[in-house]
Amino acid sequence: MKALVAMSGGVDSSVAAALMLEQGYDVIGVTLKQWEGADGQMPVAGCCTVSDAEDARRVAFQLDVPYYVLDYVDEFTEKVVDHFGEMYAAGKTPNPCVECNRRVRFSVLLERTKTLGCDVLVTGHHARVRGDDAGFHLVKAVDSSKDQSYVLHMLGQAELARVRLPIGELTKTEVRERAAAMGLRTAAKPDSQDLCFVGNGSYRSFIRSRFPDVARPGPLVLSDGTVLGRHHGMVDFTIGQRKGLGVALGERRYVVGIDPGTSTVTLGSRRDLLSSGCLVEDVSFVAGFAPVGSRVDVKIRYRSPAVPAMLEDAGDRWRVEFAERQPAVAPGQSAVFYRDDEVLGGGVISEAVR
Amino acid sequence: MLYLDHAATTRVRPETRAAMAPLLDEVFGNPSGVHGVSREAKNALETAREEAAELIGAAHPLEVVFTGGGTEADNLAIVGSALAGDGRGGVVTTAVEHEAVLESVAFLERLGCRVSRVGVDRSGKLDVEELVSNVDEHTAVVSVMAANNETGLFFPLDEISASARAIAPGVLFHTDAVQAVITEEITVETTQADMISMAAHKFGGPKGVGLLYVPREVELEPVLHGGGQELGRRSGTHNVAAIVGMVAALRATVAGREATRSRIERIRDEFESELLAAVPDLVVTGSGLSRLVQHSHIRIPGVDGETLLIRLDQEGVAAAAGSACNSGAVEVSHVLAAMGMTEQEAAECVRFSFGWSSEADAGTTAARLVSKLVGELR
Repeated sequence: MKALVAMSGGVDSSVAAALMLEQGYDVIGVTLKQWEGADGQMPVAGCCTVSDAEDARRVAFQLDVPYYVLDYVDEFTEKVVDHFGEMYAAGKTPNPCVECNRRVRFSVLLERTKTLGCDVLVTGHHARVRGDDAGFHLVKAVDSSKDQSYVLHMLGQAELARVRLPIGELTKTEVRERAAAMGLRTAAKPDSQDLCFVGNGSYRSFIRSRFPDVARPGPLVLSDGTVLGRHHGMVDFTIGQRKGLGVALGERRYVVGIDPGTSTVTLGSRRDLLSSGCLVEDVSFVAGFAPVGSRVDVKIRYRSPAVPAMLEDAGDRWRVEFAERQPAVAPGQSAVFYRDDEVLGGGVISEAVR
Repeated sequence: MLYLDHAATTRVRPETRAAMAPLLDEVFGNPSGVHGVSREAKNALETAREEAAELIGAAHPLEVVFTGGGTEADNLAIVGSALAGDGRGGVVTTAVEHEAVLESVAFLERLGCRVSRVGVDRSGKLDVEELVSNVDEHTAVVSVMAANNETGLFFPLDEISASARAIAPGVLFHTDAVQAVITEEITVETTQADMISMAAHKFGGPKGVGLLYVPREVELEPVLHGGGQELGRRSGTHNVAAIVGMVAALRATVAGREATRSRIERIRDEFESELLAAVPDLVVTGSGLSRLVQHSHIRIPGVDGETLLIRLDQEGVAAAAGSACNSGAVEVSHVLAAMGMTEQEAAECVRFSFGWSSEADAGTTAARLVSKLVGELR
């Protein structure tokens, strides 16, 4: 059996390659070139840089596995970066890592796995794949503080059958210990935090330069209609934001609404931020069928715990009804449904329901 | 391993290694010094220069300028001649040159020099009339490669140089002969060039050393500034061992060229005919045109070249596609784009290149493996 390991140059995917070797697989390491500067070269700062690729190459060499850099710049630009801009233009808060997984890694790269002579695709994500008589299950990582199952919710049976996530079985500490024990150069490398295509700058300045129309100014109003002034661009705001609003107010105000049609940004109290539910589109279910009418736990952003909710079929979308009202439900983020540690499915929030 | 990437680089010849050894040990001096150990190094350097001059038919040893490789020789020839004099010389070249030439030309363009890059037709052929129509009295240098590094296609150097000189008698004609030296007779006579670039590692010499043939009367603005070595044309302490190794490799190349050439041609032809028999819709770039005997640049419709390369690598076969960026990803070739190939067609191209160290059965073995993989990938 041969494994194609997507190596980012970080410690998780480095150890993932080593673990696949331990499990008896032949391994090929690849780094996706996803983004490039104006000169056509990989970025030198931020994530997905030349030096990250170099780390991946050196680790692969140390593990004695072949290593290649594959060019996915066109796919990534079109399917992730341009989509990121379109979402902002629509007043939403996109999650490009989810879209990259959905549209690049676990689609075009997974397709390519077979032609490259490999049986499975391996990534360094902190999540687990389990198989039983009912099929494959996507399960949270052993290290719940590092769990990344949220960004993998779009994987279905066909994908899970060909994906291995060995890192999900280890805590982050164990991953680093393994890397150190093997003398891998990435053992103490800090986790990447940035969006890979934004580099060291802020994502807002990236959007301003690449999608100038998203930066268009507009009115800043209170939820009761009071006009407070004008802002410099919708891009500076996300739902739930409290800092950097550009106005001094006596009490705590949050961004509670962004209207792309008029570029209006609405501020309100914490109460105005609460939603009883949301509508979710582009939904898929890992097992192929929906857990309708029973309680699920739903996670509405990467860094917050799942909360109890009910799921209902709303025709072309799905309706999520929270057991308790939730603050800052941001359209564009993913809503991922869990039962205990298992991912049942998920989709993209299209609308918050007050 | 079956190494079929000799156009990228070659293995050092035994003659090269033997010639270099003393320069790495007891003859380690800096040839610019005044003492005995320097004199020995200087003697080795100038003996190598005399021999190189003889091998390429230069009138005088000082017409050979040693450089840090082919890229540097191209930079010196083009940037050096365009920036000489009033520093505003024009350049006429082709769209399919090596990056060393094209990026030198782009640099001059940024400095305000007038430059033109002439395209090729779908078969890769150059329209000499069109090229020459860009030449005028402001043109400092015309640069056309002897043979293309990707496709192996030849360009008619004598015709180009004669036509260019007929229009502008003072124009310099430069040729990047880096890819051709191994199997073609490259001399001042055969190329009719004022300047010729060569890179040692393409013909069994070490990497990081090359030469530029350039007569002393040609005015060149140096690209590297420093201690004034090479008549001030290329400053920097001589890499004596590499230079001596390069000239030994050139001597061995010239001496064995006819035999090497016919041996490589047979291997390459066997490769192409066996592969064509198995994959009839395969397209050989420049088939029927005059091209280097060591190159086999092919397009396999419906098969991604990068994927094929990776699969071949798994089988122990080294080949190439396009050129690599600094991360190592395969880039779309500017040569194939200039030939009017679509991105998709260009992505289906792979280059196999044979060399002095290729075994007699290299072509047939490679053809069998490639056709097996094509079967799997289709």
